Amino acid sequence: MSPESPRNPHGPDSPPSPDGLQGPGSPDALRGHEPDLLYSDTEDALRDAVRSLLADRAGHQTVLDRIETGDPYPTGLWQALAAGIGAAGLLVPEKLGGQGASHREAAVVLEELGRAVAPAPYLTSAVVATETLLALGPGDGPAAGLLAAMAAGERTAVLAVPLTTAPRTAFEATGPVRAVADAAAADVLLVPRPDGLYAVPAAEAVITPVTPLDLTRPLAVVDAGGSAGTRLAGGGESRAAVRRGLLAGAGLLASEQLGLAEWCLEETVRHTRERYQFNRPVGSFQALKHRMAHLWLDLVGARAAARAAADALAAGAADAELTVAVAQAYCSGVAVRAAEECVQLHGGIGMTWEHPAHLALKRAKADQVALGTAGHHQDVVADLAELPAPA
Amino acid sequence: MTDAAELRERTRALLAAHPPATTGRTDFLRARFDAGLAWVHYPAGLGGLDAPRSLQAVVDAELAAAGAPDNDPRRIGIGLGMAAPTLLAHGSGEVASRFLRPLWTGEEVWCQLFSEPGAGSDLAALATRAVRDEATGDWIVDGQKVWTSSAHTARWAILIARTDPGLPKHRGITYFVCDMTDPGVEVRPLRQITGEAEFNEVFLTGVRIPDAHRLGAVGDGWRVAQTTLMNERVSIGGARIPREGGMIGKAAAVWRDRPGLRTHALHRRLLGLWVDAEVARLTGERLRQQLVAGEPGPEGSAMKLGFARLNQAISGLEVELLGDEGLLYEDWTMRRPELVDFTGRDAGYRYLRSKGNSIEGGTSEVLLNIVAERVLGLPPEPRNDKDVPWKDLAR
Repeated sequence: MSPESPRNPHGPDSPPSPDGLQGPGSPDALRGHEPDLLYSDTEDALRDAVRSLLADRAGHQTVLDRIETGDPYPTGLWQALAAGIGAAGLLVPEKLGGQGASHREAAVVLEELGRAVAPAPYLTSAVVATETLLALGPGDGPAAGLLAAMAAGERTAVLAVPLTTAPRTAFEATGPVRAVADAAAADVLLVPRPDGLYAVPAAEAVITPVTPLDLTRPLAVVDAGGSAGTRLAGGGESRAAVRRGLLAGAGLLASEQLGLAEWCLEETVRHTRERYQFNRPVGSFQALKHRMAHLWLDLVGARAAARAAADALAAGAADAELTVAVAQAYCSGVAVRAAEECVQLHGGIGMTWEHPAHLALKRAKADQVALGTAGHHQDVVADLAELPAPA
Repeated sequence: MTDAAELRERTRALLAAHPPATTGRTDFLRARFDAGLAWVHYPAGLGGLDAPRSLQAVVDAELAAAGAPDNDPRRIGIGLGMAAPTLLAHGSGEVASRFLRPLWTGEEVWCQLFSEPGAGSDLAALATRAVRDEATGDWIVDGQKVWTSSAHTARWAILIARTDPGLPKHRGITYFVCDMTDPGVEVRPLRQITGEAEFNEVFLTGVRIPDAHRLGAVGDGWRVAQTTLMNERVSIGGARIPREGGMIGKAAAVWRDRPGLRTHALHRRLLGLWVDAEVARLTGERLRQQLVAGEPGPEGSAMKLGFARLNQAISGLEVELLGDEGLLYEDWTMRRPELVDFTGRDAGYRYLRSKGNSIEGGTSEVLLNIVAERVLGLPPEPRNDKDVPWKDLAR
């Protein structure tokens, strides 16, 4: 696929306004750009392609069948998604071998991956690691070669930091790193060390899988200390790049959480319409209806927040960090609530291994602490919106 | 087909013939109505030109630039938003031309006589009776209405009343225009928990309504009322709301200006609500963009629910944040405000007034049912009143 210009597909040219809108008396940091919160036709087409691929290759039964094998990634899925659809290169400019699209399109891919709870190193490789490398401003060095291979779906790379690392956390590896996501699927590890960012071939590191709460996103302890690797950038540049990579990851994780929550609500509505007790569909009881209606309200908000974050990242907006913090502070709770309600409103079947609700619950709970907790992101809001904690 | 250029020309001609600087407000508004520039999507002769609704903005911009008076739409919202579309859709040509001009200019204020003490969420259960006087053909109305804003200033009311108690509740209702100066109409202010009275109780005793003031067929009032209720949510305006634009801006400003009030527990709650308010703002912005793109979604029903919950939580937080000051209340004097300002007055007032946000215009519980059934497609509650004559329902 070759996405067209991703910006403002819905109307007349309306470039991001430099002076946006602002409430009376509020800090300058609240100045915002005008986000496009809708989906373009290109994005809808991309969604259809990814959804149909996932239905084909990563149905819930396929995922359930694989999660305990040590290799949860469905056969052929990554190749078809990354190279076939071209989703791995969405963030990468065409001149660097990518699709020249943006975070908006990558967000749509993540919505679908969230719906399917599909194991694929997309958030880790095609978003966080890719954005980190892009932030280095690669010309024709080793980072450029790696980016091109990643964009083509030929290689995958993950940033060797714990999945819980928030964008503002300065993380540097001085020993084995716990809870690195998708290390098992990586060809290359991007290792932030005190003196810079290094590319280390996965084969030269010691990668020890651990048993994760969320079996669909494998975790490992990564010890890259035995390999010098290739230095891609110095300390300061490295820290800024890692921060940008994690910011993109946190912003687009909101779209994964949105997709997951949407699936949970749809399945719960479907089940409660079909399930009869007391001679009525249980979904006709107001106590249950109101819980599902509340979830729908949460989802409507999550969609607006996730779209705003993707759009702000795509536009390189001045308020991108605030918009991402709002999206994460909101969407992580929505996904957990939706998954928990999905389990509860399915009754006994929701507690079984054979029903996929637990896949969503485990993913949602793990996502809640991934890339910064809601509390961390609230602290970022406090800082940027000038709402300081008590002295 | 009327286009923007033609409308601009007509507006300039109106301004030339009736210069706002030397024309009285009412005279100008009447002339504007007669020129078809009141609401351009209305029919010619009734204040419009059968033009696309979107072109109204062209007229409004020209008039605003020339400093022309407007019809103060916030003050006559019930007439403009609810009575007018119903008069247009269901009134005879005679009725429409009699009522629409003074309605639009604000010379005649309208109110809505729908809710009753025994018919709130279950509006179709209403008990106000309209009985035909066979000698004159008039209708004689007896009953009680409640939550009527503007009743004390209104010249006319839209009214639904029961004309056949022997039919199931939705089928025995008829829709009327009621003269608020009829001697049988008594209006009493209804004091609220805020101390003031935005609304009224209206007692109807032997009120006489000519049959010509019936809108729609006898017994078809529920269907006619749907026109009114569908227009209750007046189209969401074109303006973007800035960050901290609503009630959260008040709480955030207090937090910034008064460091001595800060506690850790309140900080967490403030941040949570700030995020929720920002997400609600983005939700409204997304809805606005959907409307502009001509793809309205069901998200509109989410807005009122979220707005009510947020306003209540934020104003509650503000009272706590203010401490000693939060214990005070500006003024309990019974007043009858013409307009409601949800973000006005002090924190205590906002806290109390926002309690109404989850009740007025459809309770949050009923709206949740509507979301569940119409958006999510969940099965309806079993209904045991659909085919029972109204007179046999439990009351």
